[in-house]
Amino acid sequence: MTDTAKDSGWDPSQPILEIDHLSISFFTRLREIPAVMDFSCKVMAGEAMGLVGESGCGKSTVALAVMRELGKTGKIVAGTIKFKGRDLTHMGQDELQTIRGSEIAMIYQEPMASLNPAMKIGAQLAEVPMIHSGMSKDDAWKLARQIVAYVRLPDPDRIINAYPHQLSGGQQQRIVIAMALMAKPALLILDEPTTALDVTVEAGIVDLVKDLGEKYGTSMLFISHNLGLVMDVCNRICVMYSGEAVETGNVVQVFDKMRHPYTQALFRSIPLPGADKNARPLISIPGNFPLPHERPSGCNFGPRCDYFQKGRCDAADIPMDTVPVDDRHATRCLRWQEIDWDAPPAKREVKVKAPVGRVVLKMEDLKKYYAISSGAFGGGAKKVVKANETLSFEAREGETLAIVGESGCGKSTFAKVLMGLETATSGSIMLFDENVQSTPIQKRNVDTVSSVQMVFQNPFDTLNPSMTVGRQIIRALEIFKHGKSDADRQARMLELLDLVKLPRAFADRMPRQLSGGQKQRVGIARAFAGGAKVVVADEPVSALDVSVQAAVTDLLMDIQRENRTTLLFISHDLSIVRYLSDRVMVMYLGHVVEMGTTDQVFSPPYHPYTEALLSAVPIADTKVIRKRIVLDGDIPSAVNPPPGCPFQTRCRWKSQVTPAGLCDREMPPVQVLEGGHQIKCHLSAEVFASMEPVIKIAAE
Amino acid sequence: MLKFIARRLGIMILTAFVLTFVVFFLTNLPPNLEKLARSEGSVRMTDEAVAQWIIDNGHGGSVLGRYGQWLGVAPGWQNVDEKGVARGRCFAAGTDPTVAPTHCGVLQGNWGYSTFFRGPVLQNLGEKLAATGILMLWVMIVMVPSALIIGVVAGMREGSRTDRVLSTFSIATTATPEYVSGVILVALLASPVTGLSPILAKWGWIDGKILFQGAATAGNITFWSFALPVLTIALYGIGYIARMTRASMTEVMTAQYIRTARLKGVGFREVVMRHALRNALIAPFTVIMLQFPWLLNGVVIVETLFNYKGFGWTLVQAAGNNDINLLLGCSVVAVFVVLVTQLISDIGYVFLNPRIRLS
Repeated sequence: MTDTAKDSGWDPSQPILEIDHLSISFFTRLREIPAVMDFSCKVMAGEAMGLVGESGCGKSTVALAVMRELGKTGKIVAGTIKFKGRDLTHMGQDELQTIRGSEIAMIYQEPMASLNPAMKIGAQLAEVPMIHSGMSKDDAWKLARQIVAYVRLPDPDRIINAYPHQLSGGQQQRIVIAMALMAKPALLILDEPTTALDVTVEAGIVDLVKDLGEKYGTSMLFISHNLGLVMDVCNRICVMYSGEAVETGNVVQVFDKMRHPYTQALFRSIPLPGADKNARPLISIPGNFPLPHERPSGCNFGPRCDYFQKGRCDAADIPMDTVPVDDRHATRCLRWQEIDWDAPPAKREVKVKAPVGRVVLKMEDLKKYYAISSGAFGGGAKKVVKANETLSFEAREGETLAIVGESGCGKSTFAKVLMGLETATSGSIMLFDENVQSTPIQKRNVDTVSSVQMVFQNPFDTLNPSMTVGRQIIRALEIFKHGKSDADRQARMLELLDLVKLPRAFADRMPRQLSGGQKQRVGIARAFAGGAKVVVADEPVSALDVSVQAAVTDLLMDIQRENRTTLLFISHDLSIVRYLSDRVMVMYLGHVVEMGTTDQVFSPPYHPYTEALLSAVPIADTKVIRKRIVLDGDIPSAVNPPPGCPFQTRCRWKSQVTPAGLCDREMPPVQVLEGGHQIKCHLSAEVFASMEPVIKIAAE
Repeated sequence: MLKFIARRLGIMILTAFVLTFVVFFLTNLPPNLEKLARSEGSVRMTDEAVAQWIIDNGHGGSVLGRYGQWLGVAPGWQNVDEKGVARGRCFAAGTDPTVAPTHCGVLQGNWGYSTFFRGPVLQNLGEKLAATGILMLWVMIVMVPSALIIGVVAGMREGSRTDRVLSTFSIATTATPEYVSGVILVALLASPVTGLSPILAKWGWIDGKILFQGAATAGNITFWSFALPVLTIALYGIGYIARMTRASMTEVMTAQYIRTARLKGVGFREVVMRHALRNALIAPFTVIMLQFPWLLNGVVIVETLFNYKGFGWTLVQAAGNNDINLLLGCSVVAVFVVLVTQLISDIGYVFLNPRIRLS
């Protein structure tokens, strides 16, 4: 049945997917909220179209509209979506059902949530051909096994009989991809498929997806907020802002010769690991993303645009304008021909780096082990999770120390131990001249607590939703016993709002009235309320959109410069780490595998893990050439770490170690190279010397 | 697993001790004992005689001591009354105290003498429990499937007309206590003067004067006599469990894996049957187990209303007739029913949901 549908007289030279002036609105009791306006795009056979934009710009809505899955409140109010020449917007449910899963398949952001927890993997996969081509159950399971092997999962026989919770995040995402492939679809929609995954796992998934495109000629609609990833995967790109496509074209052309101010601003706000931070400082986009019902008239980007002209840009709706010569390049800007696109950004004042002072924090041989039990009812053998192993380092006043590693590497445990939320198993933590390693936070005195503070990853969950912003900051001041009277504290609170560059009127607002970036600023104000000397920033910008990341990062740096705070910056984002840190510590499975100044860590010699990590980060710059190193498999479980070197199961340099098998037997020693650069590896000095840089900038 | 069950059993036994002691203390308050003396001895006894009667019949001494005797961990009382007859807890008046066991309490299987039944508590309670068991069984058979079906059907399309109709029904039944719904049902279906029965009798559709029987006896269970008591208890539970199932079902229906299934091209029927159902039934399981203790509550009202001589009716009679031993027996049974169902519910939950690990 589907085979005949697939061959129903569609000409392969025509677009697979053609979206024409599509508008989508959500209807609430109060009003109609337009989510997507006048959106057009074409995806040809074998093409990969990248849809980028910040959260709330409507990119996922477009994807779900193609699937006709807008929920009860969403409606397509205008325009058409044609798939192989057939209009999807007016298709009946029965016909839609035959297309869903067989001709258009979707891959989702959160693999764990997208798989049925109570069904075996095999059953979930086999269902697809059983529904669409009436395949028998045995054949379908056989096909499922084949596809599972094809998406490069180890031991497919075990996996098809497993439940989703028994697999790791990366494996689950491969299963979701396998599910999409079961019916060999003509169009694949990928909605942020790697956002929830670690970078090295992401690199593997991206490789797989690219392979698919080449092998089967599958067309793709790839939704992401990560420009580097889009450059890796796609041929074409469509940049969205506030419900509209603002620029579309060939990836290389859009990246090199962008013709819309928003695209330009977006590129200027992301740190590129290939570029020098002094030559290319981050420039955040001023202002905030407009809410769907508060969009300005005329150009949506107008109020935040450097090139805005009153009376012209805000006069009427702006149509897409074709950029001649280029390959199907179009922009939604009236002034694109007037703007000098090659002009360098306005020079910003160069800020002098504060000198690094005395040692504030010193950790020696810190260990943190957890005991867990394995039985279903709390019995069973006790196992030990070694979350941190022999952690030693020192951090100085005014210094930024970045801690880098993927999930499960022990970086958050380390932060908890430092904060006193957990106590260390052994080793010492010296804060100023006080030993705090075995003092839990309840027993620490107010001074110690207020001098070590934390900025959390998710600003949406860390503010009390029923307390005003001002009240939350005053509460912190009260706890830190700051100020003599309420008036004192009120004044200090307003100063803190100034410090984080929020208007004073925000003191009376509730957290729900703030945007993500504003909430994170409140979080920072709260952390600095007691005059913190050491601030642990646990992925402070990873939950924020790229355009505000730069602003929040700069704010942290400014406050640090003023207060000479020691900043421990925990992150998995190597671009931002390179941009702001003085020293970097790379962690893997509880071990510090490499430590040194930023330049030492980001240039050879590398620890093999650092090398892989660097090569896995997608870079949104066409001039950067990057060596691809894709690690096999997942991070081993900390409950059952491999013997010898923790990284030996995935290391590509293992064969270069003499004598052979040393990595399997012995924990490598810490080698101290010149300049105090530490690497925990068995590799010899000659091999280290032969390493090439991962990231190169092509000659212009 | 064994360790978990052992720990839970330990807590259960501790709870049972505390609860029975509370009941023992309350039923053995001095005014109760005086009332007992006057009803068992003579109404016209003097106050001194009442005090003497209480001491003679083993109700003197500290509460803890008597609780120990009742449990069977302290030796039973014995004394000789003014007529020279030896009396004691562990032997009939007039027999030789030396051959009788020293300890006789709940632990030894002696639950005491019921003044209401004029016989041993244990034997009478056993019979009544069996009668209630049959009632409960039918309640479960009616209540659980219909509640789950209503919940699933209402929850699979949230906000639809079916959902609103079924939800209104569930809320109405849960909001109506048994003593109201029972009376309404009797008036409607089991009365010779009001409701449906006189109309049906006039048309000659039924032989007797009433459609359903307004009373039930354990020995004579028929559809016509048992339908109303079962329905009265089940109605309340149906509404409650259906609400829980509906909540769980609507949550599951908005889960991402349901969207995945739909976008795979799975039809609505299959989405509900294959993907949603099992996940949606995990939460109501606990609720159903929690309904067991709640059923005891309903049983008290319904058995009294329909004069069905089961556990609930016994409890009411024991309380009304100041039958201390019977009341204590009832409380022991109730405590164990509640605690055992909770244990079963915790263990069953782990097996239903492989992701849950208790610790």
